[in-house]
Amino acid sequence: MATAQTRGLSRLMMAPSVGLLLIWMIVPLAMTLWFSFQNYNLLNPANVGFAGLFNYRFFYTDPAFFQSLWNTLALVGGVLLITVLGGIAIALLIDQEIFGQGIVRIMIISPFFVMPPVAALVWKNMIMHPSYGVLADMARGLGLQPVDWFAQYPLLAIIIIVAWQWLPFATLILLTALQSLDGEQKEAAEMDGAGFVSRFVYLTLPHLARAITVVILIQTIFLLGVYAEILVTTNGGPGYASTNLAFLIYRTALLGYDVGGASAGGIIAVILANIVAFFLMRAVGKNLDR
Amino acid sequence: MNLKAILLGACSAAVLAGMAHAETLTIATVNNGDMVRMQKLTDDFTKANPDIQLQWVTLEENVLRERVTTDVATKGGQYDIMTIGTYEVPIWAKQGWLLPLDNLGADYDVDDLLPAIRSGLTMDGKLYAAPFYGESSMVMYRKDLMEKAGLKMPDAPTWDFIADAARKMTDRSAGINGICLRGKAGWGENIAFLTATSNAFGARWFDENWKPQFDQPEWKKTLDFYVQLMKDAGPPGASSNGFNENLALFQQGKCGMWIDATVAASFVTDPKSSTVADKVGFALAPDTGLGKRGNWLWAWNLAIPAGTQKAAAAEKFVSWATSKHYLDLVAEKEGWANVPPGTRTSLYKNENYLKAAPFAKMTLDSINAADPKNPSVKPVPYVGVQFVAIPEFQGLGTTVGQLFSAALAGQMSVDDALAQAQGVASREMQRGGYMK
Amino acid sequence: MARAVSTRRKVVFTILAWSVALLLFFPILYTVITSVKTEGEAISGFSLIPSFTFENYVEVQTQRDYWRPFTNSVVLSLLSTFVALVIAVPAAWAMAFSPTPRTKDILMWMLSTKMMPAVAVLVPIYLLFRDWGLLDTRTGLTFMLTMINLPIVVWMLYTYFREIPGEILEAARMDGATLWGEIAYVLTPMAIPGIASTMLLNIILAWNESFWTIRLTTTNSAPLTAFIASFSSPQGLFWAKLSAASTLAIAPILIMGWFSQKQLVRGLTFGAVK
Repeated sequence: MATAQTRGLSRLMMAPSVGLLLIWMIVPLAMTLWFSFQNYNLLNPANVGFAGLFNYRFFYTDPAFFQSLWNTLALVGGVLLITVLGGIAIALLIDQEIFGQGIVRIMIISPFFVMPPVAALVWKNMIMHPSYGVLADMARGLGLQPVDWFAQYPLLAIIIIVAWQWLPFATLILLTALQSLDGEQKEAAEMDGAGFVSRFVYLTLPHLARAITVVILIQTIFLLGVYAEILVTTNGGPGYASTNLAFLIYRTALLGYDVGGASAGGIIAVILANIVAFFLMRAVGKNLDR
Repeated sequence: MNLKAILLGACSAAVLAGMAHAETLTIATVNNGDMVRMQKLTDDFTKANPDIQLQWVTLEENVLRERVTTDVATKGGQYDIMTIGTYEVPIWAKQGWLLPLDNLGADYDVDDLLPAIRSGLTMDGKLYAAPFYGESSMVMYRKDLMEKAGLKMPDAPTWDFIADAARKMTDRSAGINGICLRGKAGWGENIAFLTATSNAFGARWFDENWKPQFDQPEWKKTLDFYVQLMKDAGPPGASSNGFNENLALFQQGKCGMWIDATVAASFVTDPKSSTVADKVGFALAPDTGLGKRGNWLWAWNLAIPAGTQKAAAAEKFVSWATSKHYLDLVAEKEGWANVPPGTRTSLYKNENYLKAAPFAKMTLDSINAADPKNPSVKPVPYVGVQFVAIPEFQGLGTTVGQLFSAALAGQMSVDDALAQAQGVASREMQRGGYMK
Repeated sequence: MARAVSTRRKVVFTILAWSVALLLFFPILYTVITSVKTEGEAISGFSLIPSFTFENYVEVQTQRDYWRPFTNSVVLSLLSTFVALVIAVPAAWAMAFSPTPRTKDILMWMLSTKMMPAVAVLVPIYLLFRDWGLLDTRTGLTFMLTMINLPIVVWMLYTYFREIPGEILEAARMDGATLWGEIAYVLTPMAIPGIASTMLLNIILAWNESFWTIRLTTTNSAPLTAFIASFSSPQGLFWAKLSAASTLAIAPILIMGWFSQKQLVRGLTFGAVK
């Protein structure tokens, strides 16, 4: 079927996307790479010059660097765990016959429509605030000491906020996958007397594998770059407890105006992201080829 | 008609044509109350200058700073007037990014600007930004709680007195915390407060050779004192409290004392939003007997970036917005209490203002007591009371702020926080080429 | 008997599902409720019954015009989505119907262009935009949003197109359909749901993008994300006003999302369904 003509045609059809993305990748990447070898502070343009690998060494030896790597992984992992497990549970739940299915579904996907800074502001000021937040009110109602989320569990607080934003996405994809599960197969399994658990493990879960892979893949790409939520809520603190790699780069770029350092950080982040992606593809990528 | 006359005529025609062509000024402002009020009152300006139109960009402080800094440093030319703080002015002026304000008009009266504020905006005898509103910091306290504790607040308290009073006023079962102080990490949040406070304890960020001083006993004393005081008498969750959070706490009657920006005085005495409006007293920021008080100095200023094509029109607007006339205009439309404070000497001689603003005298005294050129007891190589006016400070200050807020939250010991701060600061100073 | 059990089951699941849904929806609901409280009420403890004041909305609108950023948000998200679809549909089409061994790699590579942290490239991009005169223009921002979301769009379309059985194409060809006839009469109708949901997802992503939309704009092209950035921490009490501004910023997209929910779900499979 793939004649030379169609192959040529399909190349032509792909050309705009591939070309644009190629330019889009190469131009900023090249500029970033160039700046990463420059001594360039935006606020001190007189002192510009070749810096060699200094920016990389400086970024890498930042006292927050290793913790920020760990925090990045914890953030991505934590959010993935919550959204995948929560997403499966919720998808199973709203796949059942229930009253008011439409409204329930709308409410569940709504968090996805909230822009990240708004989500962070709302959670910070109205939900988790130790004096005025709803959670504090509830704690006091129960006679407990309110939890000061952003001081005591900063990273967990941010994981919760980000997970709240992405849970609808995971749920939606898993739900669509679930709905495509053959009804006959399900019934057959039920007839065989398979319990809920064994049906789930042997029938549903394998069926969902591909959807889970997609959720993990797409979300990881977005989650590696999370920083707005951190900026609004904890500013990376206390200490470096909620500083992730993206926030560390933000601090270098937009508080220190250190273009050289931020560029080096960006390159490091790209390399690390690719390593993560590589292992991710090795671990779950097979599911995509089925 | 000779050639000269023709040329002159042509020139003036060109000028007239230029005038008739309406110019649009893009003005970047911060989203605080005074700036928002100004936007509502600009009819007065546009009526007098029909050829100038105004376009506003209002942003939250941190985003604003990012935006204007990126733009001015890359010469993006997106703004004709920028609102910047006293931190930016000396740095930017040194880079030649700001136009000096030489033509503010005959009746502008530059000498009326408060000397402390003006000196921070002047480089080599030229004014590079016009102050829109200025502030210092002071103690705000609850007279009723102070009385209940059997104490009397002096006009110029010491830190020992404040600490003692805070512990006596604290009544956690009634939800009363003796003192509310900033704890949220950030160079404009806890670092502003702690740097100003450390001045009173004799500490400094750097010595004359730019060597960081966090390993010195003065800083340890400052931080120990602060952490212990907040543990004994501070509100829950203090390590995420900034200006707004403390304001809300104080207005709700949950704080005995609060040391923060003088501008807060008008909020806590406003019966519409404050439950304790009639019970608030004021005092100077405390000292420790070493000769420096822990009060800072800050102003939001209007400045004109060097890249603008509309410098003349922009300067006209800057002049209008920071003039005496503008103060009168606000007074007439919104009352004297809403006049932007802290920029002009004449305002503090105005009977009407003094009557409307019971905190006026304390504000003026606090501003006058701050000295950005000699902020601490020991000599320093930098300018700035609650900041260090070098480009590296925003990033460095935020990192150190994170460490100090971890110490406050109890996740790190004071010694560890200081040791790490010393390490981070040394690194940054070496990189910047300050320290050999 | 079986019927009774299934009704009871339905009730149990209904209660469970509603609790979960309300829990997830609560932050949004509470924001809307707080937006019609007075500032005093907003900080005086948990309450679901506001005094229904609209002063916050009035205040927000007098402080900052809502309609210009709103228009910008609509224009930018629609336009960038349209452009992205125009570029992505042919590419996804080609990848789905004439796959080569490298197709998968190209897709992964496309996704990987999203891995560079935006903050790290701000200055280079700002310089480019300045030189091309694109700062604070809708053109510049449309381009930006298109490029950011293009990988996701291609990916989504590809996975959807791939589900269209190739036999249909062959059959149409047998019947002597031309290439254009093939596209117009056979494939397009089958592809519409996928394109529709891709479009919806992309509109949402573009609407919510809040790094570049703030950093590359001043006034002319600033969308609602910049609008919210002017309310996030003013002095004084701001909980209720912030809620009003937040409600205004998310309401349009939320309503769009609600109405198009079915469409969105139908195509949002990312090839997850076999």
